[in-house]
Amino acid sequence: MLFRNVAELVELAENKGVKIAEIMIQQEIEVTGLTRDDIIAKMDRNLTVMEQAVERGLKGVTSVTGLTGGDAVLLQKYIQSGKALSGNILLDAVSKAVATNEVNAAMGTICATPTAGSAGVVPGTLFAVKEVLNPTRMEMIEFLFTSAAFGFVVANNASISGAAGGCQAEVGSASGMAAASIVEMAGGTPKQAAEAMAITLKNMLGLVCDPVAGLVEVPCVKRNAMGASNAMTAADMALAGITSRIPCDEVINAMYLIGQSMPSALRETAEGGLAATPTGRRLQEEIFGKKQ
Amino acid sequence: MKYRSAFDIIGPVMIGPSSSHTAGAARIGRVARTLFGKQPSKAEISLYGSFAKTYKGHGTDVAIIGGILDFDTFDERIPSALQLAEEAGIEVIFTVEDTVTDHPNTVRVKLTEGDRELELVGISIGGGTIEITELNSFELKLSGEHPAILVVHNDQFGVISAVTNILSKHQINIGHMEVSRKEKGKMAIMVIEVDQKIGHDVMTELEGLPNITQIIRMVD
Repeated sequence: MLFRNVAELVELAENKGVKIAEIMIQQEIEVTGLTRDDIIAKMDRNLTVMEQAVERGLKGVTSVTGLTGGDAVLLQKYIQSGKALSGNILLDAVSKAVATNEVNAAMGTICATPTAGSAGVVPGTLFAVKEVLNPTRMEMIEFLFTSAAFGFVVANNASISGAAGGCQAEVGSASGMAAASIVEMAGGTPKQAAEAMAITLKNMLGLVCDPVAGLVEVPCVKRNAMGASNAMTAADMALAGITSRIPCDEVINAMYLIGQSMPSALRETAEGGLAATPTGRRLQEEIFGKKQ
Repeated sequence: MKYRSAFDIIGPVMIGPSSSHTAGAARIGRVARTLFGKQPSKAEISLYGSFAKTYKGHGTDVAIIGGILDFDTFDERIPSALQLAEEAGIEVIFTVEDTVTDHPNTVRVKLTEGDRELELVGISIGGGTIEITELNSFELKLSGEHPAILVVHNDQFGVISAVTNILSKHQINIGHMEVSRKEKGKMAIMVIEVDQKIGHDVMTELEGLPNITQIIRMVD
């Protein structure tokens, strides 16, 4: 292993004068023994899956239960109306994140980033900033390797599972990964990428996993929307030169410890939070009948 | 390190909606199928923790059965796996368990066909990554991310070194290895995770060793 935490990752990239994406690619070569070309090609295929999921979602899909679907289309129409208040790039990221998760909820094909429930944030932000940064295909692939590097640290030092650590481990991790990748694609330094990750994750701490009826729909789709929004804002903050007082690795550890102390009802069991609201319970009964 | 590859994080490509409850579940089912070596006539699935609470919403049931039908995580037949299993004549029994397990996403899979029987416990640790923690009541650790073989053998001296000698001769590096047995001198198992692909020639050579009962390719 070349790196075990964010500090080592940033130091490696700075010392070698390369992108974080490059460190991840080098580690992948070392760990898997695959060639560089094979590894790039594999990520290229994942990128294609993400592209297709966004396209499909933007055309409009509906889940089997009917609980989710169509919001990505509403948001795109709203952006086109020219009345949007929070900025078109931000809302484009939000709509593309929603598009991906709507496809996921409809049992369509997606690429987990790092999980399926949080699969919207990374591609959503990628395909939105693509419109302004005009990256090459290789730079888009690098975006995914940078996300992978930060996700790798979180997965090994904390968790990326809602059942283990709540939504902060899923959408929280995804948002931090996306923020770091946006910074790097926009020309920020490895250190700024880590700051963006820290700022994002700090603002996702404590987020519980409380899916209504146990479905990856409510609130998951909208959590991806806000995850994308959070990532975009934190990336801009880091690019503006703002730093996190708490270092990224310590934020990740805080996330882990919060997950450990989270009651089971709030870790993907559909027993607490929004799932336990009167409406949440009613929806569960309507979908699965009185007794699940 | 539980996660080793960039593609554990960006990936897998899969049918929604949940990487742990759908893709991970499909992978556990498929490992069971691979170890069993053929299509079973009966599949008994016991779900624990979050799997037990939310399996319907996440399609965990169709995913596990899809895996048992040898489908990959992105196979578009997964949503209709229960029906396909019925058409294939596989009896499917699901049990929801109350027992609290070490990991919230735990499943026990028992496959049978005539006298042949296999039982394993798998956990889905997040993002589609899985571990097999128990096989035919032997405790073990298998990530499913590296080529791996399972060796069932007699508990005799020299068997382990004979197996590792053959691997070393073919320049296959062992990344992780576990040995265990139920009772001294009776049946024992080795689980060996390696960095290189294990060719047919190597498998044949291993099978030819004395005191080896069975060698199964767990992960290609």
